[in-house]
Amino acid sequence: MTDYRRLAKEGLWSNNMVFAQLLALCPVMAVTSTATNGLGMGLATLFVLVGANLIISSIRHFISQAVRIPVYIVIIATLVTLTDMLINAFAYELYKVLGLFIALIVVNCAILGRAEAFASKNTIWDSFVDSVLMGIGLTWALVAIGGFREILGSGTLFANADLLLGDAFGFLEVTLIPDYRGFLILILPPGGFIAVGFLLVAKRWIDQRLSKDNKLPQESAGCTVEGHG
Amino acid sequence: MTLNAIKNRLDYQGALLGLVVLATCAALAFAYQLTREPIRAALENDLLQNFSQVIDDSLYDNDLLTSKAEIERNGKPLTWYQARKEGEVTAVIFPITAVGYAGNIEMLLAIKANGEISGVRVLVHRETPGLGDKIEVSRDPWITGFSGKSLDNPQPENWGVKKDGGEFDQFTGATITPRAIVQEIHRSLEFFAANRDTFLEVQDD
Repeated sequence: MTDYRRLAKEGLWSNNMVFAQLLALCPVMAVTSTATNGLGMGLATLFVLVGANLIISSIRHFISQAVRIPVYIVIIATLVTLTDMLINAFAYELYKVLGLFIALIVVNCAILGRAEAFASKNTIWDSFVDSVLMGIGLTWALVAIGGFREILGSGTLFANADLLLGDAFGFLEVTLIPDYRGFLILILPPGGFIAVGFLLVAKRWIDQRLSKDNKLPQESAGCTVEGHG
Repeated sequence: MTLNAIKNRLDYQGALLGLVVLATCAALAFAYQLTREPIRAALENDLLQNFSQVIDDSLYDNDLLTSKAEIERNGKPLTWYQARKEGEVTAVIFPITAVGYAGNIEMLLAIKANGEISGVRVLVHRETPGLGDKIEVSRDPWITGFSGKSLDNPQPENWGVKKDGGEFDQFTGATITPRAIVQEIHRSLEFFAANRDTFLEVQDD
């Protein structure tokens, strides 16, 4: 019996792709200048992640150990190219914003990581659940970082949300600080590192508070810091 | 032989890789066919939208996308578009590139047949957010100030930013970006004047 609560907790919080595994930093820094961009990138990655996990898990019995990595890479690269084409064809405005970075999903080693660590050993359904939860975890992390940078950097939140989600969601765009003169460095690439740093501290602080409240022995935050990707 | 034993054979591994590549290529080819038309339509639509920013609808009645030709500029081919009304050439549109503070600034320039600028818009740039990005029309109306200008309005010596004794505003903290744009527009006007005959000859669709 699969422990879905554990999967959810790991994907969304304790083993979060960005805030715990510290993977996917390349797309994280590149696109999260606004919350909308973060959401778009998160959803695109979620799509690739779910597709990759489903396919790899369904053919896991036929893949031999020796050639598994090239097989995973080919499948992931194909899914990324498909995503790129689909966004280009059906969400061109979004493509103009995210286009350059869609291809970066392929170097997001968190996807290969999930294929290797989970999908290659678990059933299709479990892999699906795991990838959805991991993808949502990544998406909320990207939105959080994007929101942090956007609010402090330009004083708005969800700017251009209508480009991503259609006109119906234009109301999401709010100007939080009118006549804000902007805090440039948070919009520029260094702001990505600063934002991730602050949010990491916040997550660790919450973890610490929680473990104290529950009088549990402090776990090592359930994370292995592998700084790559 | 069990599956596990087969999985260790070299020919199985080769065939597996080949099969995966075949399947993924087939998927990509299929998706390419499926998305080719929408992508082309999206690009065209985008171009038309850019055109409508630099040229007034009343200036033309032809299909701009098909009324295009090539001309050589600085040794490179340049695709330009001709706007016509009732068979008369009213304006030409072509992309221009200025070298800004952080790389190329891609723009679209429309010049009326009488040599006046109909409009300029910045399409792609990487200038500093908050400083140089005022060249975007959505952030600052600066770029619209070029409409109606021509080679002798202002006089050639005034075709520069105010800091250089010219007539165009620069932005606080950003002189390089506006200067590059003003100079490139001026050069493009000269280019238009030098090739006026080619530009104003009616191009077959």
